[in-house]
Amino acid sequence: MARIVAGIGTSHVPSIGVAYDQGRTQEPAWKPLFDAYEPVKAWLRDEVRPDIAIVVYNDHGSSFFFDKYPTFAIGASDLYPVGDEGWGRRPLPDFPGDAAFSWHLSESLVYDEFDMTVCQELAVEHGFMVPMHLCFDHDPVWPVKTVPLAVNVIQHPLPTGARCWKLGRAIRRAVESFPGDDRVVVLGTGGMSHQLNGARFGHLNPDWDNDWLDRIEADPAALAALTHQDIMEQAGAEAVELIMWLTMRGALSERVRRAHRNYYAPMTTGMGLIAMEDDS
Amino acid sequence: MPVQVDRNRPIADTRIFDGEESRRGYRINKFAMSLARAENREAFADDEEAYMARWELSPDEKEAIRERDWRRIMEDLGGNIYMIIKIGTVTGHGLYQIGAHQRGETYEEFLATRNASGAR
Repeated sequence: MARIVAGIGTSHVPSIGVAYDQGRTQEPAWKPLFDAYEPVKAWLRDEVRPDIAIVVYNDHGSSFFFDKYPTFAIGASDLYPVGDEGWGRRPLPDFPGDAAFSWHLSESLVYDEFDMTVCQELAVEHGFMVPMHLCFDHDPVWPVKTVPLAVNVIQHPLPTGARCWKLGRAIRRAVESFPGDDRVVVLGTGGMSHQLNGARFGHLNPDWDNDWLDRIEADPAALAALTHQDIMEQAGAEAVELIMWLTMRGALSERVRRAHRNYYAPMTTGMGLIAMEDDS
Repeated sequence: MPVQVDRNRPIADTRIFDGEESRRGYRINKFAMSLARAENREAFADDEEAYMARWELSPDEKEAIRERDWRRIMEDLGGNIYMIIKIGTVTGHGLYQIGAHQRGETYEEFLATRNASGAR
């Protein structure tokens, strides 16, 4: 059977992508962010050795608009092109998919009562791409096949944190019922504290973020019990993206071994990172 | 079933982008979403009025876009930041300029409040 071997929680701030494309990763203000991912890249390449990455992210007006905005959507293609979300195509290779694996996940999830919107064409954007290039080398191609899994975290009503957690449990069951020996890593993306609307624009809460990093490892059930209101009051309206980390954590074993952790809040977003090995 | 968004606990200086906001902002957000296509960005940059006329925008919405009144777009007109930023990309206003305007600060004043403003 295929199996989940690791999970990563990481922010997906678009300015990270801009700095990356402009070769500014070693500038003093950016170095603390980019350097933290170098050991993660090596760990993935040399120890975790995943075949497939399931990336839980949200679309910020690239493939989906408010005419039809799915609560949960999953890519089911052998290729996901780099999208244009308003500032042109980024110089990254398109992302390989595994349509057979995605269709298996879709069938398993739907019969497990998670009614996914299945997408045979899906362009991906910063929510998906920034975590990918932070965690994986891609010269000239990406070393893993990918599954984009999009969650509505931008137009309320959003799925609850508890629901996102349960989706993770269902993803684990789906992966473990796939024949073959694929090694799967799950990335939960977004957050941490930030707010982009109103006079509260720029709100940060590093203490709350670091508590989240503690608990996502050791006490995720407490985080799954938080309401959107709880998260938004403490960490800003857009911090609610963090519910996507619960899907990642829900896909992992109850106990995990933490491999890497980082936190940096230079501008308007708490940029968090945690990498965990499954302990099963 | 726990309440996820508690209308009895409004968060100061914060808008929750819900159904009411999404309905209010539908036109201006749809206009902004159109700028995810390069040919539309070029058309808007070439002739803002002509491009805006192709969309169902109210006089208030056009005025706010014309005046780069990000605060009004976000607070009164139902703008969603992830869509509205696409307008700013064409007009030369990044996320942090739009944010500073919402805070009622100059860009420089806003940057001075940050921990490491070189990370932008």
